[in-house]
Amino acid sequence: MNTATSTAKETESKIDTKTIKFQIKRQLHPEQEAFWEEYEVPYKPSLNIIALLMLQNTNPIRTDNQTSTPVAYQANCLEEVCGSCTMVINGKVRQACSALVDKLEQPIRIEPMSKFPVVRDLWVNRSRMFKQLEWIQAWNPLDHYAPIGSGPAIDPDTQQKAYNWSRCMTCGCCLESCPQWSADEGFIGPQAIAQAMLFNSHPTGKTKADLRVKALMDNGLNVCGNAQNCAAVCPKELDLIGAISEANWQATKQLAKTFFGRH
Amino acid sequence: MSKQTTIAIIGGGLGGLSAAMKICELTREKKDVVVQIFSLVPVKRSHSVCAQGGINAANKVAGDSPYQHFDDTVYGGDFLANQKPVKAMCEAAPDIIDLFDRLGVPFNRTSEGHIDRRRFGGALHPRTAYAGATTGQQLLYALDEQVRSFEVEGMVQKFEGWEYLSAVLDDDGQVCGLVAQNLVTMELKTFVADAIIVATGGPGLVYGRSTNSVSNNGLAVSSLYHQGAKYANAEFIQVHPTAIGGDDKLRLMSESARGEGGRVWVWGDSSKNYLDIHGNQKPCGETGKPWYFLEDKYPAYGNLVPRDIATREIFKVVYELKMGVEGRPFVYLDVSHIAREKGSEYLDRKLKGILEIYEKFKGTDPHQVPMEIFPAVHYSMGGLWCDDETFMTNLPGIFTAGECDFQFHGANRLGANSLLSCVFTGLYISGPEALKFAKNRLKPAQEIHTAVFERALQKERDFLNRLLKLDGKENPRKLHLEMGDVMTQNVTIVRENTTLYETDQKLQQLQERFWNITVPDKSTWANQSLRYAHQLYYMLSLARVITLSALKRNESRGAHFKPEFPERNDEEFLRTTIATYDPNTNSPQISYEPVDLSQITPRKRDYTKASVAAK
Repeated sequence: MNTATSTAKETESKIDTKTIKFQIKRQLHPEQEAFWEEYEVPYKPSLNIIALLMLQNTNPIRTDNQTSTPVAYQANCLEEVCGSCTMVINGKVRQACSALVDKLEQPIRIEPMSKFPVVRDLWVNRSRMFKQLEWIQAWNPLDHYAPIGSGPAIDPDTQQKAYNWSRCMTCGCCLESCPQWSADEGFIGPQAIAQAMLFNSHPTGKTKADLRVKALMDNGLNVCGNAQNCAAVCPKELDLIGAISEANWQATKQLAKTFFGRH
Repeated sequence: MSKQTTIAIIGGGLGGLSAAMKICELTREKKDVVVQIFSLVPVKRSHSVCAQGGINAANKVAGDSPYQHFDDTVYGGDFLANQKPVKAMCEAAPDIIDLFDRLGVPFNRTSEGHIDRRRFGGALHPRTAYAGATTGQQLLYALDEQVRSFEVEGMVQKFEGWEYLSAVLDDDGQVCGLVAQNLVTMELKTFVADAIIVATGGPGLVYGRSTNSVSNNGLAVSSLYHQGAKYANAEFIQVHPTAIGGDDKLRLMSESARGEGGRVWVWGDSSKNYLDIHGNQKPCGETGKPWYFLEDKYPAYGNLVPRDIATREIFKVVYELKMGVEGRPFVYLDVSHIAREKGSEYLDRKLKGILEIYEKFKGTDPHQVPMEIFPAVHYSMGGLWCDDETFMTNLPGIFTAGECDFQFHGANRLGANSLLSCVFTGLYISGPEALKFAKNRLKPAQEIHTAVFERALQKERDFLNRLLKLDGKENPRKLHLEMGDVMTQNVTIVRENTTLYETDQKLQQLQERFWNITVPDKSTWANQSLRYAHQLYYMLSLARVITLSALKRNESRGAHFKPEFPERNDEEFLRTTIATYDPNTNSPQISYEPVDLSQITPRKRDYTKASVAAK
């Protein structure tokens, strides 16, 4: 459309009738078939995908005028810090809260992540990600919580590196985009690798470093094909590539140690 | 029969997880206690992640002291906080920072490698430790990690994706368990518990949109109130001065922006005047130049006056002086000068978490241009009543931790004290006290007759069946919006008795209309519509508690500002408001109890001058 030639009146009437068209992939039960629905709502500036889902929930009337049911989805903080509302939006995995309608091509296609079991509609079960944190013992092992003073001094650059990995909100974008990761088997994936490296870099966490590296090796660390999709989709810009190469280096050192019999 | 003791924790944010962690530490040797955590979301996604700016603890380096922290907190809260627990909290705060440091929280560092501090509102000392601008997230993750290690040891069981519905009380009124619903299978189930710690956070959803997360629906505390738990100081709702709008929620722009030197301003207009605290007419800045109105009016604290004051000043500038940005209801929060003077990387190290939220949601870069902000409902100073030593509610065996209690923040909470109060309560009070209670019960909960549990279950089942059948003309989401709008309009920054009364009338109408709603999904699988309706039912009740508590308090104190009664009135209202549910009228009964003033004598709040701790 050549906007330069449209009159002010035309533009105005176009704004009046402007709508937002979106399609949602529904699945009412894990054992039922998935299907698509289309909705259209009046345009409003600055909406995000959560606001669209709220409108759908308020008034679940499709473009074909059939009344449907409110779509089920997970969401909590709505400011991209809790990791709940990860979905695939126009083919890209991301948080629905920070996906702004004004920046998306319509009709907007909203579907659940494909790598995790669907609970209902856009709601998926990501419990596997939390299980993986158990496998790698993603915590600093403290003797006790008694008041015995501060931890070790840490230089600002080391802190910044740790903070970067520590911002992982277990949202699953990296796993959804990874060609190697699946919820059933094999490769543990970038999320857990980065967390293992976070604790392996901490003076207290280090005491379990070998164990974490072993857990990574037992869970397909070497399967990573270096596609680097994970880093590209991570909403918090975690240094996942750095974590994976660090993990590989630690694994090599551990193998060498075993090979030469030094324990 | 096994002798295992069970402690149920409702909510897996900072309050709940710190209590869980402490109980596990205390019982690690014997392993005779199991902690069950019930949470709407995986605990790592709890609302605590939204806390941005930091956590307070007196810092010797800056000449600060726990006593000064204590005095600032009580003074900031306009003397309505109970002083003994506040004092204990401020004394424990430095140890709490040390513990989080050992747990691995990546606090920002000084060049020597020590934990850095910044200033926060209502304080003249830099006492706030922080991890970028996502401190709550980082503290929560540290606790989540520790609790996960106990989970692996079998000491913790998580029920993530379950919603607590009500407590099971035995014939003597003592707790023996709870009823919860699985959000996926919709299964209703009773759980045996020798003690319960309620750590469900605030009730922000009562206001429709706020800075709170979707999980902050207030159902648990409202349901307990319906079961006879007293609710205290409900009227004290904090409206945070700096947030950004959105159709789905209002997003916080942390006070730490001002702690790092951010300035609040609008374009000046010397033809307009305001009255300063001494009654003098002063011009509203210079026309054509930024007017830094907080710095102008409060030279001692500047942009870091407490939140209630900053919020009212922004409200005045926008609505009374009509000086909002381009005539719209916004003022500027500016950090761009910091980026210019010290570089973008410096600014990112301190504030990246919020600057990226602003840029992602508003589309402009706060490194370059000032942010447009406005106040938003943020925090509840009030909450379930509990005693000030064990934090047990008036329902024996039920304890509180975190935002859902009422002890620490009086009429106005200081920034970066909420993370502290959550953790302090869990670690030092309700965690250990719930354990003590559970261990010292005359009759373990599992020996209570099953009929007691069946009765409680049946009651919830009947209620849910009634809700599921609702097929009327009203839309539950629209009712929620109506409630949120009327609450935001009338029970936030400025409160008038006429409109408070009208609000209560409106809420009662909404309660009636509630029974004419449709629950649009009748399925028995992952039915979010049913859960939503249930939450709305309890939110309406809690909204009335807040409104009527506000109506009855004829004074201005902290966040509660009534122009009809512009002064603080210690003689009549230096008292804690108590709301008790009356099943006959389905309304709250309001009464009062004394505030603990044992340590600091109340004095007038005046933030134009530095506050000096009067020891």
